[in-house]
Amino acid sequence: MANTNIHITTTINGQPYEFLAPSYMSLLDALREIVGLTGTKEGCLDGNCGACTVNVDGRIVDSCLVLAAEIDGCEVETVEGMASSEGLHPLQKAFLEEAALQCGICTPGFLVAAKGLLDNEPNPSEHRIRHWLAGNLCRCTGYDKIVKAVQKVSSEG
Amino acid sequence: MVQTFKHQSEYKVIGSRPVRHDGFDKVTGRAIYGGDIKLPGLIWGALTRSPHAHAKIKSIDTRAAEKIEGVLAIITSKDMPETEDKMVDLGEGDENPRWTSNKLMAQQKVLYKGHPVAAVAAVNRYIAEHAATKIKVEYEVLEAHNDVDSALRKDAAIILESLEGDDLGEEIHNTNLAKHEKYEFGDVDKAFTNATYIEENTYTMQMVHQGYIEPHNATAFWDEEDRVKIWTSTQGAFTARTALSNLLQLDVSRIKVTPCEIGGGFGGKIPVYLEPIAALLSKKTGRPVKMMMERTAVFETTGPTPGGKVWVKIGADKEGKLIVAESKIWFEAGCNPGSMIEPAAQCIYAPYDIQNTRIDTYDVIVNKPKVAPYRAPGSPQVAYAMESAVNDLCEKAGWDPLEFRMSNASDKDTRRGDGVKFSVIGTKEVIKATKNSDHWNSDLGTSEKGKVRGRGISHGYWFNIGLKSSVNLNVNKDGTVTLIEGSTDIGGSRASISMQAAEVLGIPAEDVRPSVVDTDSVGYTDVTGGSRTTYATGFAAWEAANNLIVEMKKRVALYFDRNNEDVNFESGVFSVEPDIENEKPERKITFKEIAEKIDDDDLGGPVNSVGSVDLESAGDGFGMHIADVEVDLATGKTDVIRYTAVQDVGKAIHPSYVEGQMQGGAAQGIGWALNEEYFMQDEGGMVNSSFLDYRMPTSLDLPKIETVLVEVPTPLHPYGVRGVGEVPICPPLAAVGNALKDALGIRFSDLPMNPAKIIKAIGN
Repeated sequence: MANTNIHITTTINGQPYEFLAPSYMSLLDALREIVGLTGTKEGCLDGNCGACTVNVDGRIVDSCLVLAAEIDGCEVETVEGMASSEGLHPLQKAFLEEAALQCGICTPGFLVAAKGLLDNEPNPSEHRIRHWLAGNLCRCTGYDKIVKAVQKVSSEG
Repeated sequence: MVQTFKHQSEYKVIGSRPVRHDGFDKVTGRAIYGGDIKLPGLIWGALTRSPHAHAKIKSIDTRAAEKIEGVLAIITSKDMPETEDKMVDLGEGDENPRWTSNKLMAQQKVLYKGHPVAAVAAVNRYIAEHAATKIKVEYEVLEAHNDVDSALRKDAAIILESLEGDDLGEEIHNTNLAKHEKYEFGDVDKAFTNATYIEENTYTMQMVHQGYIEPHNATAFWDEEDRVKIWTSTQGAFTARTALSNLLQLDVSRIKVTPCEIGGGFGGKIPVYLEPIAALLSKKTGRPVKMMMERTAVFETTGPTPGGKVWVKIGADKEGKLIVAESKIWFEAGCNPGSMIEPAAQCIYAPYDIQNTRIDTYDVIVNKPKVAPYRAPGSPQVAYAMESAVNDLCEKAGWDPLEFRMSNASDKDTRRGDGVKFSVIGTKEVIKATKNSDHWNSDLGTSEKGKVRGRGISHGYWFNIGLKSSVNLNVNKDGTVTLIEGSTDIGGSRASISMQAAEVLGIPAEDVRPSVVDTDSVGYTDVTGGSRTTYATGFAAWEAANNLIVEMKKRVALYFDRNNEDVNFESGVFSVEPDIENEKPERKITFKEIAEKIDDDDLGGPVNSVGSVDLESAGDGFGMHIADVEVDLATGKTDVIRYTAVQDVGKAIHPSYVEGQMQGGAAQGIGWALNEEYFMQDEGGMVNSSFLDYRMPTSLDLPKIETVLVEVPTPLHPYGVRGVGEVPICPPLAAVGNALKDALGIRFSDLPMNPAKIIKAIGN
């Protein structure tokens, strides 16, 4: 295991970060183990569950499939960056009011993914929401209340 | 003694939909799940796993792994303490620690693909995982048995040589049959001769996984005094403590389990997997050790619910009375005995009143992971068989399937297939609500060319367990109350438990502040499972709240200078009538006002209370689902286009989370019906052990899931709560199967009913 550390300069949730990460380290592990942001969750480590979804330069990605080294110079947004001094993001609020989470492990990924949709398409159809969120697995809710929460924000938006 | 309750119709808190107390932490990423634990000096553990499903271990060579820089310790089965050979009650299923220890770290043989053979501790996760691949194990591969027919063959390889099987009470050896049980009532053979219509079929199914998104994890620290601290995602901290006590041969008081937030369980996070291994690695290194299970191993080595086969034969007289039922249930236990054949027998005939019944159940060892509870364990499989058979019987005789279920419905005092008689149940109310639902009264609509539609219904039943729970309440100076409990919150139970205390105390749900704490900090509490948590821990909260009112009345009496028994309490207000003789006026004070005074005045000190329960049942639960499907005749793909879940929930404490349970259970059942399975290789081992290949339903695969909450309060609970979580996974398999029968005229009796089977059956 060749251990070359890579120097990474990046912006995470609007804050500048600079750190060294092993060349083989994923963005997921860098966020959780180096930066200390554990809101982004590990579910499968092969890009199939979406629990580790983050936004890199305006695109949602599975952070388990991105190397930490790849975010050098990028802007990263995680679930921890959604709420502001004004309070929760409307999606976070809608998830609470609509009971759109049960165990909550998939919730950060769903929130980041849903924000990625509404940032670009404020009024998606139900089908579009279901299609967009199909990369995020939830085993508790049957998705019904998640889709309703996203619809609630889009109709209020 | 069973206490029964009258139920009031007007509640202030019960039935409302407050934001859950842990919600803010969970939408902001702050909530600490098991995988988020960090400790000073933390190191990582990883497992070396068997590539074979059945093999003798000839040798284990750890030398190359030991030489890797950063490796701190390696253990094998030799490091596992010798355990007792006895059955231990773990809440939702018993376990023998001798088998469990062998399941967690293979001794002479590996029994399933992925079976751990060694564990490594290293300074970080990457080195630990790398070193685990460098442990050389020599195997002598044996024939693997993937299913009950293969395992029960006369010439089958014996999987557990020391197994003493139980064939109707007779001890048997040299077998893969762990247990055969029989339940019989009435005269089955005679009744079949009197039956006008008979339906008989065999239904087969594969193992399926709970599919929680959070992998298993554990962090352990074993200190110099032989005290062990565990942080983990578990459905039952006390159950984990009991299991660890047996596996590590330590008294329970030496083990402290801190239940972290948990990312789904559905029964699969009741057993321990990594916890004892992390503890032993910590013992050897003197460092806290963390382990996270990779997704492949989650599929290959944890969880599943049994596959197997169910033969059903039922008979009705010419008037449409279901007079007789007979069944044989073979379940795959996996590598150790214990496949939930008992609950299968308890559930199979439960929706019906049948006088003559017989059930044979068979618990069969196979070379697959040991099964774990999965949402109503055993019930969906038998509901699939029974409800398909009932559908086909009705079709044969020309009866309406809903009316047939109504006229044969179980009721108070009906005897289940295992002999137990029901208390107050809502079977008929559920059928009535199904009949009145918008879905049942809407037509199927028309499909485009090349597609066909069908509708199916099915019952589902789960008995729901009671068991033990503890709750402590403490009054704060600001009029709020802290609620200390031991039930892991998987789906909003902090809210549903706090609401029951708030209702008694006459304060808002938000003013009860719940904390789920470790095993040193609250009384014994059984698992979050068996649909028991809102029922039993909620009951304990109700009891603690009533005890708290007694304590508060003492303070109010001191404050008003009156006797304890003069103090009344209603809707959050304490009051005393005027005492004319002693010239004392009428007085009133709210819960919050008296709470504010407790610290300041000499009113008897801090106010706290305890609730502790041990309950028999959480009220039998019935549900009925309606499924509309559309099949693409070119591809064989089935879309569920409309779906409704109807269920007797007793009383919905927080209706949103009750609906959520019903929707989630339905979604899991739809996945099971149409797509999910352990796809096995002939030589053993699952080939689809990733989320991509196992392919659980996504948001795009499912329609809206409509819910109808029927409330027939159980007299066993102060608010009439019934267990809710498990019933909804029982009906979907047959509801979808019956809809496919309606659409295509073909009975699919082998799960999953996937496109390949549909295409083959329609002959395209």
